[in-house]
Amino acid sequence: MERVIEMTDESERDKSEQAAARAVAAGSTATTALAVAAPRSGGKPPRRSRVSKRTKLIVLNCISVVAGIAIWWILALNGFQFPTPPEVVEKAIQLWNAGILQQDILASLGRVLTGFLLGSAAAVPVGFLMGWYTVGRGLFEPWIQFFRTIPPLALLPLVLVLLGIGEVPKVFVIFLAAFLACVISTYQGVVNVDRTLINAARVLGAKDGAIFVRVVVPASTPFILVGMRVGLGSAWATLVAAELLAAPAGLGYRMQQAQLYYDLATIFVSIVVIGILGLVMDRLLLLAETKLTGWQERR
Amino acid sequence: MTMTTNTTTTNTATAKISVQGVRKTFQLKNEEFVALDHVDLDIADNEFVTVVGPSGCGKSTLMNILAGLEEPSSGHALVDGEEVSGPGPERGVIFQQYALFPWLTVRKNVEFGLKVGGVPKAARRERAEYFIRMVGLEQFADALPKMLSGGMKQRCAIARAYAVNPSILLMDEPFGALDALTRVKLQEQLLETWNREKRTVMFITHDVDEAVFLANRVIVMAARPGRIYETVEVDLPYPRTEDVRLSPEFGELRNRVWHAVYHQEPGTNAGTTSSSPTA
Ligand SMILES: Nc1ncnc2c1ncn2[C@@H]1O[C@H](COP(=O)(O)OP(=O)(O)OP(=O)(O)O)[C@@H](O)[C@H]1O
Ligand SMILES: [Mg+2]
Repeated sequence: MERVIEMTDESERDKSEQAAARAVAAGSTATTALAVAAPRSGGKPPRRSRVSKRTKLIVLNCISVVAGIAIWWILALNGFQFPTPPEVVEKAIQLWNAGILQQDILASLGRVLTGFLLGSAAAVPVGFLMGWYTVGRGLFEPWIQFFRTIPPLALLPLVLVLLGIGEVPKVFVIFLAAFLACVISTYQGVVNVDRTLINAARVLGAKDGAIFVRVVVPASTPFILVGMRVGLGSAWATLVAAELLAAPAGLGYRMQQAQLYYDLATIFVSIVVIGILGLVMDRLLLLAETKLTGWQERR
Repeated sequence: MTMTTNTTTTNTATAKISVQGVRKTFQLKNEEFVALDHVDLDIADNEFVTVVGPSGCGKSTLMNILAGLEEPSSGHALVDGEEVSGPGPERGVIFQQYALFPWLTVRKNVEFGLKVGGVPKAARRERAEYFIRMVGLEQFADALPKMLSGGMKQRCAIARAYAVNPSILLMDEPFGALDALTRVKLQEQLLETWNREKRTVMFITHDVDEAVFLANRVIVMAARPGRIYETVEVDLPYPRTEDVRLSPEFGELRNRVWHAVYHQEPGTNAGTTSSSPTA
């Protein structure tokens, strides 16, 4: 009974997180997404029935993936204009050997990581200022609320005009996407810090500085990490779209070029690589989250 | 505020804690709510005082004022003859909700006050070790709070409060969330600790038995407005063993406190300090 509840609980949460990421990726505002994506707690010692259920899930996942590829293959062989899976793999190898794929991956990853890291690095202090000081909140809030309603991509034309067509405008919109997702979450984390914990620190002799570093920061870490995951999804989505518009290299750029030459295989390669890279980065953050927030009680 | 310090120091030199004419009001939507009114209370050094009273009578408010987490609207709260102006390490507080830092291990929780107080690492370790052993958590020193039971959490909170060596312990229903068995055990442990490491204790509880069992003196409060209704001296010997708990003297005191808590006449004070039962 209890275990069943745990399982549903977990998959429910997974779903809501995906929904959150999708909502942002789709360019909608992160308002509802953040409300849903509550911080999750870390790993639990596996139990037998849980493991078997997990295995079952993995098996089903594999079946689903294989079936999907099979349907793709069947469609490709039956008059659809898709390239077949082997053709896509072949294309990937060809692009890799030519050095193009690596170059695109590096270009895209470089942009997304720069924008994402800068965005998160700026979001955390701003989120803290907003949560901790009324002045900070009063000054930042209107701007953040305003820009949150605008998909970062919608700013791209303006940014391109102002900053030219180099790397800066692309990194900037990615920065903005990551920043906006992360700042609200951080702010909420700070506001939600349990008053009794702050009081407990005060009566143990902690002054404001120590309370901030030793209580507020660790207590809001789960929120920050959720914000970073949403921010990463948002950054990645923005990146590809930005590259479609203007770039000398990158996965989005490659797709755009391929489109001109009707090169469907290359488009497929790019899509798959984008998906895999996004998934890997998300899992890495999830791992960090599990490591850093394992202290949370499950309720 | 600081100007009154000198004049009051002489008046209250004998009391460790002195509450003088304290009134506390909270501003509700369109009216003033009186949480505490005319509260006068002196607690002597090393005295163990328990506070009982119906829910909402201002027990926590009184404790928060003494802890320095809230200010009285009027009147004075003095500790060692000095007006309370914020929390201080000489006053340890134990909260009902444990309030352990969930991201720190038991050891790190106990060391917290020492760390922010700038105690060097080795000394910190040693002190924490001592108090962890005192509450019997040595096997769990490196466990996170989420792995502890309610009683263990509360023991950890007690060790954490003791570690900064406060001369006063303020405890707000520390055993309220525990089952009866754990509760009795922790009561006995608390008294044992208090016997070994004497402190001035103010202990808030809902439980009449607990109040009588622990205290030198039981303060019974009443609500609307929050005030001290009656004071009952408990002249039972320490150590308080099970025999004490089952003695007729205990029963008599318990009944008196029970009556004061559950049969309060609205708007009045019984006020008188009850004489001790025959020894
Ligand atoms: N910050 C606040 N704002 C408004 N009213 C408050 C505030 N804090 C306490 N009160 C009110 O003051 C009264 C006393 O509260 P307090 O928490 O001291 O009661 P208590 O005796 O500790 O009750 P309990 O036994 O339930 O813990 C209550 O009626 C409460 O509603
Ligand atoms: Mg209370």
